[in-house]
Amino acid sequence: MKISLTRRYSFAASHRLFRAGWSDAQNHRVFGKCANPYGHGHNYAVEITVTGPVDPATGMIVNLADLDELIRSKVLDDFDHVYLNEQVPEFRECVPTTENLCRVIFQRLSGFKQARIERVRIEETGKNSFEYIAESGAAPKEALHAGREVSLNFMNRDNSSQNSN
Amino acid sequence: MIRLTRKIEFSAAHFYHNPKFSADENRRIFGKCNNPRGHGHNYVLEVTIAGEPDPQTGMILDLNELKEILDREVTARFDHRHLNHEVPELQGKIPTCEEVASAIWKILDPQITQGRLDHLRLYESPDLFVDCARDGQ
Repeated sequence: MKISLTRRYSFAASHRLFRAGWSDAQNHRVFGKCANPYGHGHNYAVEITVTGPVDPATGMIVNLADLDELIRSKVLDDFDHVYLNEQVPEFRECVPTTENLCRVIFQRLSGFKQARIERVRIEETGKNSFEYIAESGAAPKEALHAGREVSLNFMNRDNSSQNSN
Repeated sequence: MIRLTRKIEFSAAHFYHNPKFSADENRRIFGKCNNPRGHGHNYVLEVTIAGEPDPQTGMILDLNELKEILDREVTARFDHRHLNHEVPELQGKIPTCEEVASAIWKILDPQITQGRLDHLRLYESPDLFVDCARDGQ
């Protein structure tokens, strides 16, 4: 039997999906209303899944106080109530889609020693969720265009939800 | 292969305390969960059975039979119980969500004889859950 533990967190942030090198027309064609110039926001729900042996002395894979502190210091302090494009350094270089959010958060958690971070799952809305799943035994890659490592679960992939980034 | 999931709920009390730790260590490691008077949760358990449907019935496992197994093996053992004091399978263990889920897996696995136990998810609260899956999946 393989066991894992998942804890759910939330933060609220704004973003805008666009590429500076593209024309307005191209940005709107690709990103739709998500490219609107003043940005927009979401209540993001983040699920962090850890795996590892259950310590018989504590009954725990990881002490939740330590996991909470990790997520607070590496994610929530920097991501909650900010404009992701300008206030989170990683998004000066890449579009703050939720795919990239999953990957950036996974990379930020890579130094955690107490358990293996197996999965980062983010719900951007009630309809869209995204997952970054660790490759077996591998450290996260640094490439910004690692789309193949991101599994997209569009819970309801219709036009309205697809453009509601 | 088809998978079938049934959800049940149970309410139980627990606290975390390891007699091998000092009082200070218990408080430091377990925080407010160390309160010896305990506290409780509404647990939600999702049990997933995998298999091929019987061509005669269209079922992997009769849901009534699964309900009886879950009533007998889970609800009767865990619902409105104190996990530290009333559940023999958790004796000597700290009744964390990990240990409770592991204990339920060990209890249920031999009971499922049509199809097989594929996955368990135990929610201690909406923001915390443990998954158990068969090795190799």
